Amino acid sequence: MSTMDSDKVNNIAHLARINIDATKLPEYANSLSNILHLVQQMDSLDTEGVTPMAHPLDVMQPLRSDAITEKDFSAALRKFAPRLEADLFLVPQVIE
Amino acid sequence: MLHTYSLAELSQGLEKGDFTSVALTQHYLERIKQHQEMLNCYISVCEESALAQAAAADTTRARGAATPLTGIPIAQKDLLCTAGVKTSCGSKMLDNFIAPYDAAVIERCNAAGMVMLGKTNMDEFAMGSSNENSFHGPVMNPWDIERVPGGSSGGSAAAVAARLTPCATGTDTGGSIRQPAALTGITGLKPTYGRISRYGLIAYASSLDQAGPMTQTAEDAALLLNILAGHDPRDSTCMSNPVPDYQATLNQSIKGLTIGIPEEYFTAELNSQIGDTLQVAIKELQKLGANIKPIRLPNTHLGVPVYYVIAPAEASSNLSRYDGVRYGYRCENPKDLLDLYKRTRAEGFGEEVKRRILIGTYVLSAGYYDAYYIKAQKIRRLIRNDFIEAFKEVDVILGPTSPTTAFKLGEKTTDPISMYLSDIYTINVNLAGLPGLSLPAGFVDGLPVGMQLIGKDFDEATLLKVAHQYQQVSHWHREIPNMFKGAK
Repeated sequence: MSTMDSDKVNNIAHLARINIDATKLPEYANSLSNILHLVQQMDSLDTEGVTPMAHPLDVMQPLRSDAITEKDFSAALRKFAPRLEADLFLVPQVIE
Repeated sequence: MLHTYSLAELSQGLEKGDFTSVALTQHYLERIKQHQEMLNCYISVCEESALAQAAAADTTRARGAATPLTGIPIAQKDLLCTAGVKTSCGSKMLDNFIAPYDAAVIERCNAAGMVMLGKTNMDEFAMGSSNENSFHGPVMNPWDIERVPGGSSGGSAAAVAARLTPCATGTDTGGSIRQPAALTGITGLKPTYGRISRYGLIAYASSLDQAGPMTQTAEDAALLLNILAGHDPRDSTCMSNPVPDYQATLNQSIKGLTIGIPEEYFTAELNSQIGDTLQVAIKELQKLGANIKPIRLPNTHLGVPVYYVIAPAEASSNLSRYDGVRYGYRCENPKDLLDLYKRTRAEGFGEEVKRRILIGTYVLSAGYYDAYYIKAQKIRRLIRNDFIEAFKEVDVILGPTSPTTAFKLGEKTTDPISMYLSDIYTINVNLAGLPGLSLPAGFVDGLPVGMQLIGKDFDEATLLKVAHQYQQVSHWHREIPNMFKGAK
């Protein structure tokens, strides 16, 4: 377990693809450290041999046949695109 | 005074022809116009479509094809997708988003002939306990407009409490239906995980999110749950357990029922006047014939730490979809793709959402996954096991919903941890997947106190029955804040 400093916040923010202004890094480091400190209370409990629980009711999710069930919303969905060209989502150039 | 009627009373009035759905809807639209500016509980008001739905409902009723809720108005939390109506989730990121389809909850309300008055304000992406994290500004508590209504379903709670809708939906990931219900003096039910479809519900933490009714009374919650519950193949976590008629068992006696009182819910963290208020309510339940039994839930104190690993982890994954490419906000003049992603997300998300994404990204990152995420999932099992053990001896668990009454706007915004601790009594119920209900149990210094009932998996019927029986001998759920009692 550890605490956060500005460098670590900067690195995590890059992984999460969020710009954090340099002047705000210490503030984030402080609040994230406080949250990690709270989370550290988990260490007080020995969980050796306990199976992690992913589903709250501890049941398996059902399987269904591999058939298309979704309606085709693509035309409606494209209407919300910030930039569109020839029905393709447009982003800044990636390859020079 | 149509706004003082419960859903059950409105349903009877419509059926008898005492008033029409159009008249009822107009009454509520007028009340919204009068009070919205003060409370800020709606993000969108759908006047035109509401009146059209009401007229259609009156026609349906004239044909003899009405259901119990046909023609009754409802307010929907703004994280439920509504075709053709803005669904912002309280965020700048989705402020231009008009959903192309209805969430399952909306479909079911529409199928029952309900009338959507509008979309309610909320903490951004349901992350918060005070409704102060909304892009659309905070919501005020109708009992004291200098105080918060709780969150994240604060708009729904305030709207029901001020009678600006007869009922609303909320969603609850760590207490977001029950805590605001407690702070505004209404009844709120978080059903068992998987009881109501999450299709079209904008995800925060998918293993915890669950929609549910927010109403004046337990009977109203039962009426609404009757139409909302049930299997939906479009949500793979939605369960196919049979749906009972929740109204049918409300009038059964609770004589002989055993209610467990967890020692860990009545400690120094709880405001002592709330504790005293609940003791009075417990005595009422004893008078109704319930047996009271002290129980232990030993891992209660670890719920908040576990939640602040699991929920942010799931959120960091769920919210990765907001990247400015396909829909939602996009930053101006991105210089390259990375700049597009990073500035869009920096500008589109609020502080608390960014904080939770960062924590989630950290606990899932290489080298930390086992220490945080797996550890949290292990304790999650132990927390659920505590409840399973307790339910071998009791039928229902009773405790406070929130450690305090409604706090002042701005009181906790600079200290996220103190805000997180508002949910100490509600979070474990989400971690364990169980149903939980908050109902009004009295007042402390003029502010409502919530009592929480926790049930076994899929045993919403017992929670509703206990709450309904208590509401037959108490009047707290009938109290309306002075400013909102008026004839209009």
